[in-house]
Parts: sequence; structure tokens; C-alpha cells
Amino acid sequence: MSMIEVRDVSRSFVLRRRSGRWRRTAHTVHAVSGLSFTVEPGEMVGYIGPNGAGKSTTIKMLTGILVPTGGTLTVAGLTPYVERTQLAQRIGVVFGQRTALWWDLPLRDSYELLQRIYRIPPARYRTNMATFTELLDLAELLDTPVRQLSLGQRMRGDIAAALLHDPDVVYLDEPTIGLDVVSKSKLREFLRQTNRERGLTVILTTHDLHDIEQLCSRVMVIDHGRLVFDGDLAALHAVGGARRTLVVDLSEPTDPITIPGAETVKVEGPRQWLAFPAEASAAPLVAAVAAAHDIADLSILEPDIEDVITRIYTSTPPPG
Amino acid sequence: MANARAYLLLARMWIRVSMSYRTSFVVLTIGQFLISGLDFVAIVLMFTNIDALGGFSLTEIAFLYGGSTLCLGLADLILGNIERLGRRIRLGTLDAMMVRPVSVYVQMCADEFALRRLGRITQGGLVFAWAVHALDIDWTAARLAMVPYLLVFGTAIFLAIFTMGAAVQFWTADSSELANAFTYGGSTLAQFPMTIYPTEAIKALTFVIPITFVNWYPSLFILDRSDPLGLPGAVRFGGPVVAALLAAMAAGIWRTGIRHYRSTGS
Amino acid sequence: MRATGSLWFAVAQRSFRRYSTYRAATLAGIFTNCVFGLIFCFVYIAVWNQNPDAGGYDRTDAITYVWLGQAMIMTVAVWNGGATDDLAARIKSGDVAVDLYRPVNLLGWYLASDLGRALFHLLTRGVAPTVFGAVIFDLRYPASTLTWVQFAVSAVLAVTVSFGVRMLVSASAFWLLDDTGIKNLAAVLAMFFSGLVVPLVLFPGWTRDLASVLPWASYLQVPADIWLGKHVGGDAWMALGFQALWTLVLLAFCHGVLQLANRKVVVQGG
Repeated sequence: MSMIEVRDVSRSFVLRRRSGRWRRTAHTVHAVSGLSFTVEPGEMVGYIGPNGAGKSTTIKMLTGILVPTGGTLTVAGLTPYVERTQLAQRIGVVFGQRTALWWDLPLRDSYELLQRIYRIPPARYRTNMATFTELLDLAELLDTPVRQLSLGQRMRGDIAAALLHDPDVVYLDEPTIGLDVVSKSKLREFLRQTNRERGLTVILTTHDLHDIEQLCSRVMVIDHGRLVFDGDLAALHAVGGARRTLVVDLSEPTDPITIPGAETVKVEGPRQWLAFPAEASAAPLVAAVAAAHDIADLSILEPDIEDVITRIYTSTPPPG
Repeated sequence: MANARAYLLLARMWIRVSMSYRTSFVVLTIGQFLISGLDFVAIVLMFTNIDALGGFSLTEIAFLYGGSTLCLGLADLILGNIERLGRRIRLGTLDAMMVRPVSVYVQMCADEFALRRLGRITQGGLVFAWAVHALDIDWTAARLAMVPYLLVFGTAIFLAIFTMGAAVQFWTADSSELANAFTYGGSTLAQFPMTIYPTEAIKALTFVIPITFVNWYPSLFILDRSDPLGLPGAVRFGGPVVAALLAAMAAGIWRTGIRHYRSTGS
Repeated sequence: MRATGSLWFAVAQRSFRRYSTYRAATLAGIFTNCVFGLIFCFVYIAVWNQNPDAGGYDRTDAITYVWLGQAMIMTVAVWNGGATDDLAARIKSGDVAVDLYRPVNLLGWYLASDLGRALFHLLTRGVAPTVFGAVIFDLRYPASTLTWVQFAVSAVLAVTVSFGVRMLVSASAFWLLDDTGIKNLAAVLAMFFSGLVVPLVLFPGWTRDLASVLPWASYLQVPADIWLGKHVGGDAWMALGFQALWTLVLLAFCHGVLQLANRKVVVQGG
């Protein structure tokens, strides 16, 4: 059985906007429409899209906070909006910027409360606490009130809180936002390890595409409330018309090079950038350039996921 | 049962937190005691200019005052922070409560449980005790039984009013002050004998917003006074019915509010 | 001079606009003011039925006093709040260091901002309940144009005095880690000695004389007495002078305290 099954789910909101001094007109906004996907146990899925695309609406429906206006969905065999409290035992949620920890309490107290709220067996609680304290470097933070933690420390605290009751699925909203490079890579390592060792299913929404590249085997892209892509990273590159870039340093500045099969996208003094299809070989291109110019140095840039996704966004027309 | 357990758990933890800032806790509790006490000092000051208010003596008013303040204080202690619902909705932190396996209502009631509210309860209790001591009440068994009756159902009525006032914030997130008009307003109103209000107002306070059932009717019975509206004597025992009705209404509005929140996400 | 004048005006205008965005809160607040006004009216009517000239007021004076009181609660911010709360918050977060280095007078900045807020609260939470009260009860109104003008000046001075007090309370956050205690105490004193729970004229004997010279008398009792025509002729000017004196004393104090705070922040770096 799949861990998450979403079938033709839609969610619309009626917004009332002032259209004059007293009058308000209602119009319907389709935050999500015709959304369908399944996630298997142990998958780690990147869920990305621009702001307002419908990401958080989806997460809210998957956690049972929001009731869908159409379609069916199940998480761990439960219907979220009907069996919200039972489902709460099976899922963990990290709400990005907003902490789910108790602001004035030392971290340790938050965890002890969660143990009782989720009725985590004492032995299990001790093991999990020991693991997370070590892997997330929490030992020195346990006695600090949450409001005194830095953003990165709090995020680590929040992630441990979301995993304490051994959920089957965890939703992470922007887990690496605002973290420095070292904290980011530590956190990613932790997520990778937890996913592998516990068979945890992870849905990750993020703006940091490195998170996706390093963690997720599968990517779902949502735009204007519709799923515009669902597949692995390689497929994403193909769909986005991924291009590699040949960077050449010529001996002296010249006009933009024109060679069939490549496009000169940038010129900066003697250095020029030539984009070419990712699947094409670079060798003939290099040969062609070398035939006409004096090359001092060269390098090849691999496709940039950010670039790919921007292409996907801009190529989807807004519905209606 | 699970809900009661969760409530006690959360409340106990907040008590522990407030105890770790002991000085601050003591100062705030005394502050509550004083703020609440000023209302009564005001009444005493009025009585330096008069002998009776609406046909009631200072000690009788102290009895009404004590009853009303105790009931409000107890309700405020139990779920006073539920009025922060609107703020939680605006900040988006209500969602964190919704993904926990405990009722959102229970979590909101126990949120930042503030033991310092004992300050108001203590003050109301002292005035009440003084009134009982100073008044020459003929303590029959029935009158004696009426005291816990007053406290239990009076508190229950305020609990329901607090809940309704908070539930309205599911629709208008920054209207927390509206609830104050009914909770603190209701309590202030009930600190005085109903005889000072116009008859229509007393009727409205009996049949529409039944504040009179908090302490007025029970007090009339204990103090052996006649009802200015001349309603049948049974009305004085209407507290449980009124409390149950209000509780049912409050539960309905709260559920509708949660449903509304879950269909708009805001 | 003109440049600073227009700066203060702009600050006040922003503050006015900021408060005007909380529509539902304003409506809810007006409703609450009306409810409490009604309750107090009936209590006062009962008091003055018993003693028709208690404190030198008649029944109409007393009822008018209730609605003036409801109008002033938010205008003078008896329960604290307003621009001075922003200062306390900025002291706690450390952002105040930025304010102290700005090439403008901090006191003037916050005063302008608080006056903007007070004007908004006067026009909404002041006027609306008073109109409501006027519909239900017979109220007394200022007898002459001069009295109206004197009342307006008195209301502004009520805000400046309360600003001075609140500013000192907020500035205590520079030295105290937790200013909740002081804030609560200040609110209790303001509530009681402004005459909001009981008019100061009902205080017995020497307590009345004492309460009438404290700064909190400026909040409600003085403007109300001007409105009701209890201060006429030279008396009214004396009353305004009393408020102006407290304003000067308190603002001078605030200035001194901010200078000290400035030195503290500069020396200790926050």
C-alpha cells in the first residue's frame, strides 16, 4: 500500500474583495486543482514551486488541517481531514519559520511534553532522544528556552520534535532556510540517514534546490495549483530542456562566436559562454571553436537545476 | 478522559515554568490581586457618600461582588488564554496544535496556563468571606448548599461565554476585545444588585445573556431577598439548565469555527 | 525648524494610519466601551439617587463623566500601550540602539507617534461611545466655545502627561530585565488615580486633595471638570496650567532618563 495517495484533489477558496466603498465581490481561487500522485513508503520527495503555487495548501490537506473541496486522499491508510487525531500519531510536521515548540520552555521540557502528548513509550523515547541529541548536536541546547535559540538551532530542535514519536511520514517545510553552509550539510546528512535507517517517508518543500539535488530521488513541481512535473532528477533535466555550458577563454576579446548547435549566451572580455543540449557531446563543439579561435582555457558547466525549474515555470501557461 | 489528562499535563508544565521565574510570578500575582481589588475599593469609596445602592447594603454588595469575581476568576484561570486564538490564527501557530493528537480546544484552554490568576480568585474569595462573616445569614442546609452551587454553575456560565467569545475569532481574528464586553463586562455587571438596572435590562440579562444566573438568583436565595422581577422561585435554581444550554451553544459555535478554519485555512 | 515640524507631522500621520488598519478590533473596542459605559451609568445613577449632590456633581454631571471616562480610556492609554510599548519592545530586542543613533530627537519621535495614535483613538473609541451615551442619556455639554477650546487643549495635555508617565515606565526596561511588574503597577495607579473607577470628587477628605495634585488627575478628572463647567474663568486656566506643568516636568524627566540610557547603551554596547 502506498504511504500517500492523492487522487484528483482540488481546493478552492472564495475570496471577498472590496470593490467599492461598501460592496464586496466574491471570486473563487483554485489553490490546487486536479492534483494526483502517490508516494511509496521510504521515498524522499522534493515538492517545489513558486510562492502561492499551492504547496502549503497541499501540505495542509495532507496533515488534515484543511478539508479538500474535491477528490480523495489517504495518508498511511487514513483520511486526513476525517481522522486527524489518529493521523497525528503517524505524521510529523515542521512548519519552517514557525516553531511548533513551546516558546518559553527549555527544549527538554518541550520534548517531555511531546512524549506525554504522543504517549511515546519511555524506552522508545529515551532511545530516540539519545539518537537525535547526538546526530543533531542538541546536548548543549536542551536547557535553553526555545526563544533564545538561533534559527538553525531551533530548526534542529523542531526536526527532532517532529520525529520523536516515530512517525511514518514527515513533512518538512523549508528546513534549511536561513542556515549557514555547515548547518545545512549537517542537516541534510541527518535527513538522509534517518530516511535510510528508519524507512521514513519524507515530503520536502524548499526553495533551496541543493536540498533537492542532494536529498531527493524524486521531484514534484507544482505551479498555479497544478502538478507540472513528477519524476526523477534526470527526467527533470530532460523536460526542462537542460543545457550544458562550454566556457572558453580566448587569447583576446572577439565578437560572439557563432557555431551551429550552440548558442553564445554571455560574453565577458575574452571569456565566452556557449550553451548546448545536455545530451550532445562537447568534443565537436570544442573542435569547432578551436578551429576558428585561439583557446587559452576551457571548462564545461553541468546543467543547473534552478535554470531547469525556471524553464518549467515559465513554460507553463497560467490556467484559464 | 484523554483530554482531561492532556489538560492537566499542559497546565502542570506551565505552572512549573512560572515557578522558575519566582519573583516575577509573585509580583504578577500580587498585581492581579491589587488590580482586581481596586474595583472593590471603588465600591467602598462610593459608600463613603451613600448608605445603600439599589436597596442593598455594602456587605450584601460585597457578597454579590465576591461571588461574581470568584466565578470569573475561576473561569479565567481554567481557560483565560483561549482569547489568544485570534493571535494564533494570524501568526499561523494554530496549525501546530492541529497536527497533535490532542483536541485543539484543550490545547487552547491550557495554553500558557497562568497560576498568577489566583491573585484575582484570592481577592474575590476574601471579599466573599468577609461578606459571609459580616452578614447575619440564617445558614439552613439549603442555603449552605447554594454556595458551591453558585460557584460551580457561575463558573460554568463564564466558561461558556469565554469559549463563545474566543470561537468568534475563527471568523474575525482581531476581535478579542468583543469577548471582554461579555466576560469582564458580565462580571462587573453582576458585582452590583440587579435592582440598579432598568427592568428591561434585567429581563435581557435573565433570558438573553443569562448573567443573572451566575450569582444574582443564588444570592437572592442565600440572602433571603425578593426577586425584583417577581419570577417564580424555581428560577433561582435555573443555573444548571442555563449552564448546560450555554455550554451546548459554545460547543456548537466552537465546532463550527473549527470547521470554518479547516475550510478556509485562515 | 520647519523640517522637524513636518517630520513629526509625518510620524504622527503614520501612527494614525497604522492604528486605523485594525478595523474589527476598533469596532469590538467601541462595543466594549459602550457596555462598560452603560453599566457604570446605572451604578452612578443609583449612587446619585441616594445622594443627589455627591462630590458636588449632579446626576447629569455623573452620567456625562462616565462617557467622558470611556472616551479617555484609550485616548490616554490608561492600560499602557501606544507608542511607548513600541519603545519597550525595541529596548528588549536591542533595536533601540538604532533609534539612539538616529539624528532625530527620540522623545519627539515617540511623542509624535503617540499623539497620532491618541487622535485615532479619540476619533473612534472616544467619539463613538460618547455619541452612543448621548443617544441614551441626557448629557451635559460645554457651555461656550471657549470651554470647547479649553477642553480640546486639556485633552491634548491629558495625552502628553500620560505619555510622559508611560515613557518613564517603558524606559525602565533599559535597566530592568522584566518590566511587567512596573507596567502592571503603573496601570493600577493610573486606573485608580485618574478617577476612571470612581470620580476623584467622591474620594473622602484628604485623599481627594492628594489625588487631585497627582499627574493622573490630568487624565480624566481635569478635562471632565472643564467640560462640565466646574472650572470657569481663571480656574480653567489654572487647571490647564496644572496639566502643562506636569507635562513639562515629566518630559524633562523623560529627556534626562533617555540621556542616561543613551550613555548606558553607548558604554555597554546595548
